[in-house]
Amino acid sequence: MADAVLFEFLHMEMVAELCAHDPDPGPGGQNTNLSVLESMGFRVGQALGERLPREMLAFREELDVLKFLCKDLWLAAFQKQMDSLRTNHQGTYVLHDHSFPLLLPMAAGLQYLEEAPKFLAFTCGLLRGALCTLGIESVVTASVAALPGCKFQVVIRNA
Amino acid sequence: MSRPAHRRPAYHKIGYGIGTRLVEDFLARSCVGRCHSYSEITDIIAQVAFKMYLGITPSVTCNNSSRNEFSLILDKNPLVEFVEELPAGRSSLCYCNLLCGIIRGALEMVHLAADVTFLQDRLKGDSVTEIGITFLKKREEKKYRRKK
Repeated sequence: MADAVLFEFLHMEMVAELCAHDPDPGPGGQNTNLSVLESMGFRVGQALGERLPREMLAFREELDVLKFLCKDLWLAAFQKQMDSLRTNHQGTYVLHDHSFPLLLPMAAGLQYLEEAPKFLAFTCGLLRGALCTLGIESVVTASVAALPGCKFQVVIRNA
Repeated sequence: MSRPAHRRPAYHKIGYGIGTRLVEDFLARSCVGRCHSYSEITDIIAQVAFKMYLGITPSVTCNNSSRNEFSLILDKNPLVEFVEELPAGRSSLCYCNLLCGIIRGALEMVHLAADVTFLQDRLKGDSVTEIGITFLKKREEKKYRRKK
């Protein structure tokens, strides 16, 4: 079993590598980098979604799937559980992590706020990919008010 | 991912970046004392570092009489355990270059220059996966941090 710190370093390097080729990207270039990271996360999320829930094959409802993401997926990927999950019961969920491990080494507070999206794109994809494997189409976005806390918003697309 | 060739990530370079940071984490968490030879260093990479981070212990062989060329032999390569099929046109050397880069970056941070390459690859039909480490110049007399 690989040590957790390896993934943190790898993720850091992935972001650096993908964003390094365009030292001054316009909004288009920046978005391409983010969508590449997001799609990498998506593929990892799909694979993780297949490997993890062997013990719990039947999710009774959508909320159970989201709870699974908050507990088991987060535990497998980040060695901790999500701190809070809120929903409007109409297909929108907000997952709040007070101390997100990929942001933790960066700063605490408002410094580097504009850099934060690069470090969240992969994880948005991870969530979207896991949901996809479990049969749910979604749009996942992330927002940061102050590092290292962040919120992931999951909006379920109706079938 | 289809992107132009010049934008494909250089796995060795990414590994190098990881290695330069990983070595600090390793020195902080392990109890290694001062090393007196290249073969001691290679043993520590195989028996302590690989074990700590990847849970495997490659075996070490020395390849020349001047004792600066070594091989790490891996029975199984943890990076490709999860690769179900190689994407068309790519070789597993891409993924495994990551490991070589990590080792090279880590060694450079403790003032040791080395060439680290993949010599054999199980996924390509060789019997084992083999990483070669060639230490390049005279080792400077630097002490490693001791853990109290």
